[in-house]
Amino acid sequence: MSILVNKDTKVIVQGFTGKEGSFHAEQCLAYGTKIVGGVTPNKGGQTHLDKPVFNTVAEAVKTTGATVSMIFVPPAFVGDAVMEAAEAGIELAVIITEGAPVKDMQMAKAHATKHGMKTLGPNCPGIITAEECKIGIMPGMIFKKGNVGLISKSGTLTYEGANQVCKEGFGISTAVGIGGDPIIGLSYLQLLPMFEADPETECIVLIGEIGGDLEIQAAAYIKDHITKPVVAFIAGQTAPKGKTMGHAGAIVSGSAGTAAEKMAALEAAGATVVVSPAEIGQAVTKAMAKK
Amino acid sequence: MNIHEYQAKQIFAKYGVPTPKGIMVESVPAAVKAAEELGGPVWVVKAQIHAGGRGLGGGVKLAKSLEEVRALSEEILGMTLVTHQTDAAGKLVQKLYIEDGADIKAEYYLSVVLDRKLEMPSIVASTEGGMNIEDVAENTPEKIIKVPVDPAIGFQGFHGRELAFGLGITDKAEQKNIINFAKKLFKVYTENDAEMIEINPLIRNGNGEFLALDGKMGFDNSALGRHPDIEAMRDLSEEDADEVEAAKYGLSYVALDGEIGCMVNGAGLAMGTMDTINHMGGTPANFLDVGGSANAETVAKGFEIILRNPNVKAIFVNIFGGIVRCDRIANGIIEATKLTDVNVPVIVRLDGTNAPEASEILKKANIANLIVGDDLADGAAKAVAAAKGN
Repeated sequence: MSILVNKDTKVIVQGFTGKEGSFHAEQCLAYGTKIVGGVTPNKGGQTHLDKPVFNTVAEAVKTTGATVSMIFVPPAFVGDAVMEAAEAGIELAVIITEGAPVKDMQMAKAHATKHGMKTLGPNCPGIITAEECKIGIMPGMIFKKGNVGLISKSGTLTYEGANQVCKEGFGISTAVGIGGDPIIGLSYLQLLPMFEADPETECIVLIGEIGGDLEIQAAAYIKDHITKPVVAFIAGQTAPKGKTMGHAGAIVSGSAGTAAEKMAALEAAGATVVVSPAEIGQAVTKAMAKK
Repeated sequence: MNIHEYQAKQIFAKYGVPTPKGIMVESVPAAVKAAEELGGPVWVVKAQIHAGGRGLGGGVKLAKSLEEVRALSEEILGMTLVTHQTDAAGKLVQKLYIEDGADIKAEYYLSVVLDRKLEMPSIVASTEGGMNIEDVAENTPEKIIKVPVDPAIGFQGFHGRELAFGLGITDKAEQKNIINFAKKLFKVYTENDAEMIEINPLIRNGNGEFLALDGKMGFDNSALGRHPDIEAMRDLSEEDADEVEAAKYGLSYVALDGEIGCMVNGAGLAMGTMDTINHMGGTPANFLDVGGSANAETVAKGFEIILRNPNVKAIFVNIFGGIVRCDRIANGIIEATKLTDVNVPVIVRLDGTNAPEASEILKKANIANLIVGDDLADGAAKAVAAAKGN
């Protein structure tokens, strides 16, 4: 078991033949991901990485039965690509592209929701079910199979956290990078219940950062619904007010969205909150021992 | 990206959002000439900087004669304004906006911002115009009304009515005016990919008309590509020179006031590294995300920018290589030390793809001042010790 994706998940790539799309699709294939084709307008009928290329997502879905799309199209075309995937019947769109306009994501997410499609990202590392299926740009080799689920706004903190968990002798069930943009798809609130329900996951690592209040919503949910131990870290305790810290959504506006308030809420919800990402591994070991 | 008040008002005018008449000037004689052109009898001389709180800082003043316009322009132009939104050093006033004085009967607050929870833009308004809106939200939250507008349906009549009734506007002509004002402002927001528009105060004059007395606009940087007219309004002199230079090299840099320079890949890990340094008793001198395409040139530029800060006593390079290979970063660091005179200890922690090869490369290079950190905790501890001279 795992959440959302596994060894049988059929994946297509939008922006398949581009530089980024090609490079990462190849890496995913090497990891074992079932990539069944890709979409690049006007290249339909060709073969790329030994997989068929289609002009439209609808055609790709009809021919391959794909349920997940990994999106690498340039930022200005992300909104369009997401809406196309939604109408073609894709169940989950994993949006890797960085720099999509906020307005486009607003419209695209609303449209995806209308069609029952889940989205992940944009500007995220993707999702990986260890040793089964990697849909994204994370380095596959650090994710050993195990019983820790991971949700993170940050790519490199996902790697840092997973690496520590594995070095402590544990492993990852599924790790999900949700991205740090102002508007994102799947977030803690949707992913926490999935990990709670997943028999393979015994502990959940939640990595957040300053800006917005998704972590506060997560804390409320954890308090009432999560029985598995949660280890949490919030990046940006030392970030100044009113400055965007790399991610477009990582900004403390006025007194809202600070690391301190998020850490306090998670602590009150019963999570083990660490003050440095360097302590994630040890905290997971302690949490697993207490179970 | 933010713009000046006078630029925001230029955009407002294009959409028919009413504002008092005004002229931007960069010298005292031009200020007097502008005042003559506007006609008076009352003018407002306003400092143009990218920060709120200008009035309280002495950057906005009323003039009742051309002589006063001259005297106030002399006073404000070239002054360094310190407000609650600038840093302690303040901002140099290089531009003035000379504006017609307005007949103010009532002051309101009006803004359009993204409501991240609802995932749509929201019109925020209050009868407490001219006040710091954060204080209003804190002390009297009932005086703030929020009207979310789904962009898929656009600004409808009911949005306008909610706003007018929420602000307690009962006169029918005035209701019509405020609804039209908000409708046009919402169009300004969506059509220009604004991140926020803030009007504080929005005023009602003796004729029951509403005017934007102030105007503040910020834009979604990711959407600037499709708005060349707005990108042309960028005033680089209002931005931090180091941040601007860093951005040219794909680096995301924010200066802080500590002693340990940081160079990290990924925004989350970069913040996490600052937090770890802080937790171990050190102080971060900056946030720096080298991004996914770091090479010798960008690493060298990163060192150069970090070292411009005289407070920096050590640099912590913390890289978790994913797709980025650590051996390349190691070579980048060696190149960087040749291109830039690195005169403080550099603690390097490289983990992930090709990390063992990278540590071999660094050992062989035998660079003075270079200390290897085994993991995040070890690297941060060594950086804190090095900054303290140990």
